[in-house]
Amino acid sequence: MTPLDPARIKRDFPILERTVRDGKPLVYLDSAATSQKPRSVLDAERAYYETCNAAVHRGAHQLAEEATEAYESARAAIAGFISAAPSEVVYTKNATEALNLAAYAFSNATALHGIVGNPRQDPRFVLNSGDNIVVSEMEHHANLVPWQEACAKTGAQLRWLPVSDDGRLDLASLDTVIDERTKAVSIVHQSNLLGTINPVETVMARAHQVGALGVVDACQSIPHMPVRIRELGADLVAWSGHKMLGPTGIGFLWGTPEVLDAMPPFLTGGSMIEIVEMERSTYAKAPQKFEAGTQMVAQTIGMRAAVEYLSALGMDAIAAHEHELTGYALDRLDALDGVTVIGPQDNVNRGSAISFTVDGLHPHDVGQVLDSRGVAVRVGHHCAWPTCRRFGVPATTRLSTYIYNDRSDIDAAVSGILAAQEFFGVS
Amino acid sequence: MDLNGLYQDIILDHYKHPRGKAALDAPLASAHHVNPTCGDEVTVDVAADAEGRLILGYQGQGCSISQASASVMSELLEGASVEESVKVREAFVAMMHSQGNVEPDEDVIGDGVAFVGVAKYPARVKCALLPWMALQDAQIKAGLMAPKEETR
Ligand SMILES: Cc1ncc(COP(=O)(O)O)c(C=O)c1O
Repeated sequence: MTPLDPARIKRDFPILERTVRDGKPLVYLDSAATSQKPRSVLDAERAYYETCNAAVHRGAHQLAEEATEAYESARAAIAGFISAAPSEVVYTKNATEALNLAAYAFSNATALHGIVGNPRQDPRFVLNSGDNIVVSEMEHHANLVPWQEACAKTGAQLRWLPVSDDGRLDLASLDTVIDERTKAVSIVHQSNLLGTINPVETVMARAHQVGALGVVDACQSIPHMPVRIRELGADLVAWSGHKMLGPTGIGFLWGTPEVLDAMPPFLTGGSMIEIVEMERSTYAKAPQKFEAGTQMVAQTIGMRAAVEYLSALGMDAIAAHEHELTGYALDRLDALDGVTVIGPQDNVNRGSAISFTVDGLHPHDVGQVLDSRGVAVRVGHHCAWPTCRRFGVPATTRLSTYIYNDRSDIDAAVSGILAAQEFFGVS
Repeated sequence: MDLNGLYQDIILDHYKHPRGKAALDAPLASAHHVNPTCGDEVTVDVAADAEGRLILGYQGQGCSISQASASVMSELLEGASVEESVKVREAFVAMMHSQGNVEPDEDVIGDGVAFVGVAKYPARVKCALLPWMALQDAQIKAGLMAPKEETR
């Protein structure tokens, strides 16, 4: 394992050369929101448009053939990155769409079920009154609101695993929250607000014990650590490309072939069909069944370059680098008066997204002072409003690192926090 | 970037020493507005005295800009006629949508002129407008609007 060299890596990211706010060098500490993109990803997309742009899985000309080949070999590369088979990876617009696809499988199957003339729905997806769906108290809205909707449409009950004061998933109630009436359990692998890495295998095992389907939101884990997808123990896993050097407009749903096969489609229309008649249609096999309409081909090509870039660095080396940087950041924040980390303070089963509050200062104001010094962080509730509420804060400031960050970036954030305290007179 | 231009002393002063920050005992109407991107909240209460002049109350939590804006608003509009309140609000809103390119009229918006620097930061414009939008909503609910606004 070769340790990362952030100074060298930085040179591959054109945007990191720019200045902001009157000539300040950019210190980018918002990769949990979206990562920056290396030149190789940008070049790959450009080369695709310049050489073989065409609609995929349609048309008989050479460009269409080459585009289809590029699209499918990108799928194979992305699947290989998580040790999966290509047919197990569905392209979506982003993780949010992937999670909606999963949640809609339940509400759609429930609506279709029992109407005369409809194909039989797999009972695992049919929600009856008294059934429940389980999430956690540290979900991103993308893994909460779609399940709230599914429950609202079907009369199922939404339940959640609580979060402890130190920002960990509280598993004491695992066996009572997930019970015989649980149909789906959907849990975040690494929290984007707290940074916590959850023992999803334990939660998925309990889900399977009661016959529920297990879903994992791996948006913040797959970009930052080696993930062998089967080891999560889930049936479905969702994540986004743009948080792992890839373009926007592409996300993924991994599923076991058996489960993908049993799920009803989500978006319907062109390309996802088998036979279409005026009255009804039959559908293609997964993954095509879930890829309706003209696809984001250029993004898949860019995404392939992204996973190649990450693989060349080595996911072990990336995880080690971020672990070291997270420890450093936690120590530096801990030494500041009036600063409280929201989430695990020990650098164990913890990712590099670090949320904190500053006594007497609203995150918006902290972020503004940091921004005035060229330091880009995220402020707000980070699309995890209930988690903020759980910790009694309206919002937090969050710094998050990636392969191109080093200790000097953390130092810049810390100086900015001190400057904010001084500016507002709270130090 | 000029932090002092954004956070003028008047803003910091209102933030640290908010004026008129309390709920009304018997409001005619209230409006609770949030800024969903950052979680800032403000609740504005309105009532009117015998001459139809505004009585205002507010509560809230949030960043310096949203909270100072509420304080400035309360100071400006307490006891104002409905017509005045509309005029002042429209002037403040127009300034916030100017990207900082207007010379605000202190005779109309008083301490509100300090927010002209905020108008240059699109992410913060919403913070400054939050209490004013809540007030508009509360006035509509209470029937305390100028005739021209009611028909819009
Ligand atoms: C944990 C988590 N889940 C889901 C999402 C949603 O991802 P996207 O906005 O790319 O759909 C995010 C990103 O913001 C996230 O951090």
